[in-house]
Amino acid sequence: MNSATPQFYCTEEPHPDNGAVLGFWIYLMSDCFVFASLFTCNAVLGTNYAAGPSAADVLDLNALAVNTALLLLSSVSFGFAMLAMARDRKRATLAWLAVAGALAAGFVGLEIGEFAHMVAEGAGPDRSAFLSSFFTLVGTHGLHVTFGIVWLLTMMVQVGRYGLTADNRRRLSCLSMFWHFLDLIWVGVFSFVYLVGVLR
Amino acid sequence: MSRPSEKVAPPAVGRRIVHSHDGGQPGTHATLKGYLTGFVLAAILTIIPFWLVMGHVLRDRDLTILLVLTLGAAQIVVHMIYFLHMDTTSEHGWNMLALIFTLVLVVIVLGASIWVMYNENANMMPMSPQYAQHHLGQ
Repeated sequence: MNSATPQFYCTEEPHPDNGAVLGFWIYLMSDCFVFASLFTCNAVLGTNYAAGPSAADVLDLNALAVNTALLLLSSVSFGFAMLAMARDRKRATLAWLAVAGALAAGFVGLEIGEFAHMVAEGAGPDRSAFLSSFFTLVGTHGLHVTFGIVWLLTMMVQVGRYGLTADNRRRLSCLSMFWHFLDLIWVGVFSFVYLVGVLR
Repeated sequence: MSRPSEKVAPPAVGRRIVHSHDGGQPGTHATLKGYLTGFVLAAILTIIPFWLVMGHVLRDRDLTILLVLTLGAAQIVVHMIYFLHMDTTSEHGWNMLALIFTLVLVVIVLGASIWVMYNENANMMPMSPQYAQHHLGQ
């Protein structure tokens, strides 16, 4: 065997440069399935009102418009945080993260208020198949946003203490994907569940 | 270390620089212009469907539904490109492959469920008033 012998097989394990990010992407795709099945439930059961209130009766489109704006602005703010991170500006990163978190908190707050109002009106998740599927889908999305906020606060403490280290950059990149993904799912929610829902 | 500047001159070159590894940091090929473009497009694609539904613009209900769903799908693509920075080159195409796989399964799950359940509803025997009275206590 001399060293010039060509090798036609890979001697090292091939692995991507951004393993964590690719892995997180795969997680998001699996989350896509969760939401796809909940959307399917809503598509199938969305008109089963059981002689109860219809989507047009209970869904408040004005509140929806505010919520949609909050989430979109939050998504863009997170983008600005990532730009600040790319330029090594720790304070600006933290400030934009705080803005993104506050906007998302506003979103969750409004949504909880809306849910409480619906339940008080007797349009809770136990009223009809439509409302069960509505609360499950929108509630699952809201829970994701809530846990995103917890993660965001954790990352703000991490960045505040240890700075924009390689680990924190990787984590923030994953969180940014999570954040934008939730806004993407919300596009499906407001289009299909709310806007089409009130027309069905 | 090559950091993408805010005003990368030709986009193709900028992209290549970023992919030749900024310490393996993903998402760094995001630019201010990209986020603002995405935001403006997303805002427009949000305002139109709200206006269509809340303003009762079109008489035709089915056309409105079709437009709302189409604009929603368009906005999802905008989010993918400008916020999630999807393209065929990132992660050697693996995340695009995962996305396509997911989309195929989602289309099968959603489309087939709606199709099956629609047919089941359409072919269901109508419930007689007597049955409803005796068995459901209505």
